[in-house]
Amino acid sequence: MHIMWFTERQYHYDPETEAAKSDLLENQILRNRSFFGLPNKNFDAETGSMLLNQYIDEKVYSEDLGFDGLMLNEHHGTPFCLGSVMDVEAAVLARATKRAKIVLLGNPVPTVANALRLAEELAMIDLLSKGRLVPGWVRGAGSEQLANNANPALNREYFEEGVDFILKAWTTPGPFRFEGKHFHFRFVNPWVLPLQKPHPPIWIPGLVSPDTVQWCAKKRFPYIALATQLEPTVELWNMYTDQAAREGYQAGPENFGYLQPVFVSDNQQRAEELGKRFLYGGAFAHFARPEWMFPPGYNSKEATKRLARLAAGANLPGKPITDVIGEESDAEIEKLKQNVYATYDKTREQLQMIAGTPDYVIPRLRKVLEVLRPGIFSFWLDGPVGAKDRMRCLELLARDVMPALRETGQQLGLVDPFQRRPGSVPLAAGRTAERVAHPDMLSASVAGR
Amino acid sequence: MAAKDSVREENHSVGAEQLIVMKGGSGKPLLVLHEELGWPGWMKWNAALSERRTIVTPLFPGFGKTPRAEWVVNVRDLASFLARFVREQGLAPIDVIGFSLGGWLAAEMAASDPNLFSKIVLVAPVGIRPPEGVIMDLFTVPALVYLRESVRDAANTAEYAALYDGGVSEAQYEAFEDARAQTALLAWQPYMFNPSLPNLLDGTVKAPTLIVWGRDDKVVPISAAAVYQKSITGSKLVTIEGAGHRPEIEKSDQFIKEVQNFLG
Repeated sequence: MHIMWFTERQYHYDPETEAAKSDLLENQILRNRSFFGLPNKNFDAETGSMLLNQYIDEKVYSEDLGFDGLMLNEHHGTPFCLGSVMDVEAAVLARATKRAKIVLLGNPVPTVANALRLAEELAMIDLLSKGRLVPGWVRGAGSEQLANNANPALNREYFEEGVDFILKAWTTPGPFRFEGKHFHFRFVNPWVLPLQKPHPPIWIPGLVSPDTVQWCAKKRFPYIALATQLEPTVELWNMYTDQAAREGYQAGPENFGYLQPVFVSDNQQRAEELGKRFLYGGAFAHFARPEWMFPPGYNSKEATKRLARLAAGANLPGKPITDVIGEESDAEIEKLKQNVYATYDKTREQLQMIAGTPDYVIPRLRKVLEVLRPGIFSFWLDGPVGAKDRMRCLELLARDVMPALRETGQQLGLVDPFQRRPGSVPLAAGRTAERVAHPDMLSASVAGR
Repeated sequence: MAAKDSVREENHSVGAEQLIVMKGGSGKPLLVLHEELGWPGWMKWNAALSERRTIVTPLFPGFGKTPRAEWVVNVRDLASFLARFVREQGLAPIDVIGFSLGGWLAAEMAASDPNLFSKIVLVAPVGIRPPEGVIMDLFTVPALVYLRESVRDAANTAEYAALYDGGVSEAQYEAFEDARAQTALLAWQPYMFNPSLPNLLDGTVKAPTLIVWGRDDKVVPISAAAVYQKSITGSKLVTIEGAGHRPEIEKSDQFIKEVQNFLG
């Protein structure tokens, strides 16, 4: 099993040392009903500089602690992610680390107008890291399309064509001319090519899009579910496995990854308190305005139909993008905040956040592994928590939790993509594929294990 | 007065593509080009004008009822598609009214084929970059916000509720999303204008042209009206006081009178 850890590299203030600033920022986010679109007058460059360096330090330290992979992501125009050009951080890590994989989940291809430039950047990171790069690609959130002026109605076409182009630029001897539907390059001959041949392994992260899951299965790319609820994740795994069978291969743990929000501390109560901060500002995507989540044409017709049912019920009027700060009183904002944090118990119950001492979290993580059986597993740490507690969390994960998970991984046969190439197990036509996930384990109790 | 229930739906072909056309009234045909959120339906002004005219409203591909035509990816493509429909139906020269996006389309069609139209009415058309202010962005707000901003005073505009039935049904949500997606394909960037349009119009449009604009238009700044007027030789500008982007429903009596006087 390939074990890594992830953080969005949130812009935040430590609530314990800068409570007023932390509260103010959170209130602004809540008033805005979204992280995206928060006016950047709220950004303090000194704080940003300190945090970006802290996040790099954490990644470097975690290689020493024994993590297999250092996972990064990219978002634009939002305080929940300082990695607005993730490849810059990846380039730093390429030189500052020696062993761990640098896993990019992922570059939002449609928002990068020049796919050739992306191919070149990634090739350089692979060379600098001496072949440790794992690129991944995403469509980008709806808001990302607005932030980068990428036409959302062409999002999936840009994504698929961009990915095909990058792979072609890496593997087809140049020079050649590329004339796609959207991307046109008259002279493709990148001098700098990746070290890993024929190209670095590609992993694709996602939330719930069936289109992306099937596309991954066709391409034999592992699919990494980003902290999705267990039951729908099982359904997506099944969809992938069935599509893989149609492609003539048996999917296995090497085709799947899962991102799990956690917080670990020496003390149970303290861990629970710190884990709760994951819900800060409405917990990322759960608190976003529809006009930014779903810009025009971003969704398929089927997804729009599903949304139509929601929209008809909720009838969210939203607010114009220029009218970002609401007029709610502090008391109303406080109530909103309480409603957000009131979901914490349920979040924990559903294992969407596992917070506790190592003894508490290990059996719960085991359950996640038993249900989903992923070959790639990533811890997710976020929320405004000070550097000291975050470092301690990483240490406990590495010292106590990771060995237990490796053992479980061994027992469950959770091979990762470096142990078995995804898509390399043939399945004869007409043979029924074995399902990878074990949903029967969903109801299994974790107590007393 | 032609009632709403007398409006009929016709199925046409334009090349290999389908085109659904709404028709109502009787008399000399009048082409109506709808706006960026699709066809709002049969309003009071339709009923009034349809007493003496057959109102022909093509529902643009991808805006709901007519399926998307994959090759129609910009306003020039759609203008050519609609011009072909007009010619093949033997309608040219025909009088036209275009609203907002429909106004831009009418202008593009007139610029590329001066014999297509006999008279032109442009109602708060997009298509030209306003020298002052910017066109309100449909893509960063929900459809309902855009609708609300399109009238000066939603609460006191009787026909405003008819635009979206006073709420948003599932079918309507889908129709708005279809329209937004198709408009994004047509006019994402530059947003809702063609930098060349003033040059394309200059000296080419022969048909008498009436430009109608609400004084308090929050969607398309009225500063663009002067550029349209200058670009279309001999055109007349009528500014409607107390109206926003939809003078046809906000001040429908005045709108009907102006248009009837102009079309004759």
